[in-house]
Amino acid sequence: MKARLQTKKAFAQALGFFGLRAALGLVLLVLVFILADIGTKGAGSITWEFLSKPPRRGMTEGGIFPAIYGTLLVTFITAVLAVPLGMGAAIYLNEYAPKNRLTRLIRLSIRNLSGVPSIVYGLFGVILFVNIFKFGTSVLSAGLTLGLLTLPWTITASEEALKTVPNSYREGALALGASKWQSIRTNVLPYALPGMLTGTVLGLARAAGETAPIMFTGAAFALPILPQSVKDQFMALPYHLYIMATQHHDIAKVRPLAYGTALVLIVLVLGLNLGAVVLRYRLRRRHKRY
Amino acid sequence: MSTQFKIEAKNLDFFYGPKHALKNLNIACREKKVTAIIGPSGCGKSTFIRTLNRMNDVVPGTRVAGDILVDGASILGPRVDVVELRKRIGMVFQKPNPFPKSIFDNIAYGLRINGMAGSRDYLEEVVEKSLREAALWDEVKDRLKDNAFALSGGQQQRLCIARALAVEPEVILFDEPCSAIDPIATAKIEDLISRLKKTYTVVIVTHNMQQAARVSDDTAFLMLGELIEFDETKTIFTAPANKMTEDYITGRFG
Repeated sequence: MKARLQTKKAFAQALGFFGLRAALGLVLLVLVFILADIGTKGAGSITWEFLSKPPRRGMTEGGIFPAIYGTLLVTFITAVLAVPLGMGAAIYLNEYAPKNRLTRLIRLSIRNLSGVPSIVYGLFGVILFVNIFKFGTSVLSAGLTLGLLTLPWTITASEEALKTVPNSYREGALALGASKWQSIRTNVLPYALPGMLTGTVLGLARAAGETAPIMFTGAAFALPILPQSVKDQFMALPYHLYIMATQHHDIAKVRPLAYGTALVLIVLVLGLNLGAVVLRYRLRRRHKRY
Repeated sequence: MSTQFKIEAKNLDFFYGPKHALKNLNIACREKKVTAIIGPSGCGKSTFIRTLNRMNDVVPGTRVAGDILVDGASILGPRVDVVELRKRIGMVFQKPNPFPKSIFDNIAYGLRINGMAGSRDYLEEVVEKSLREAALWDEVKDRLKDNAFALSGGQQQRLCIARALAVEPEVILFDEPCSAIDPIATAKIEDLISRLKKTYTVVIVTHNMQQAARVSDDTAFLMLGELIEFDETKTIFTAPANKMTEDYITGRFG
């Protein structure tokens, strides 16, 4: 009887582990398939010319340099808005805001904002930045729109990172005569920073790959020249890809270039994520915790 | 009791929201003596000691009434510089809470944030002096750059004591400092407390009655937020006036 129970338990456990492994395997399989597909079909298009020259002959030839440049520029503007504002809001929410109903409501609203479809941000950006603030369809409007899209992620990730710092660090500093801000600056932020930065960079990487928020606020169908100021329109990788994959008059002809663009975009986003991992690793080592 | 009081709590009431945690306490701590606060769990010992350096200020929804005097001056009220007060009244917590920095930087932390760091030589001097005072110097002098987390629990607690001493407080509050460490480390810390009272006024919360009997000069016995008895330690432990005190110290409850 007892032996049978043991066998039954062992079987249930084996079944459970199998299910979990299968779930992981399935997810990895999809990822590997996408990467392999884009990698094999896109690698052939990657040449120095492709990376350094603008498109020619209605995008059927030439490169995607303006789109790479535009994506980097717009991501930079996104970061300028989302990083300080997001970290600041997280510090306020976690360290200063009273623990009451209003704060909980604010936090809930922020979580909900991260679930709003990106096209809604795009339309909001048109109204606010393009029309009301009169920034026009420009890198600036698009970058700020992406900044708004990224903020909820940055705030949430930063707040979670702040929560992982034990309260005893704060109290210990206060008990030694630190002011509240001193205790946060010298004894909380250094330890929360790796997590805050990781979350922020992941949010930026997501923004870099977005199409909907930029297509009405600043991204151009095709531009032979680079934006000269933040008030100019720009080309961006995700939008360029969208056009080549669905809007082009000769889709079959530009398909290799579309794959190449997808590969560059993915490498860029993976590069950002990898950068976040390296950054976190290096900061962690500086303040190693046991 | 002699009359030189460093800290006097007068008709002190404390509330966590609607909960009345301390009820009309009158406790006076003599200068350069050790005052122990004993009582069963939840009696308000830690709450009381945390009112003395206003650490309860950071807990939302709390309220305090009555008065606390340090050197005859009230420390309650909005006009008191809490940061300055906490520099004068140091605190050692229940669980050792070293910062994830080197041993040296842990001790130097208080000096740096208070603008007392001065030259590197001065800093090194204070770090050594504080570690010696906390009886930790010989164990760590060759590895001041090591992370404080590499120390044992007892060493970490002495590090926290050294860290508190470095900012030259007048009073040191101990909130059950030995509850998370082993008996040998406890003996070292008790020994240390007995020596610290030559220079500092000490208030210690403990759930360990032998500890109170060994290290303190005066003892306050609290129950459910009320002061049941407050007297010299030897009186409390040999001839308590109150039946409840007697029952508690003889281990009949608590």
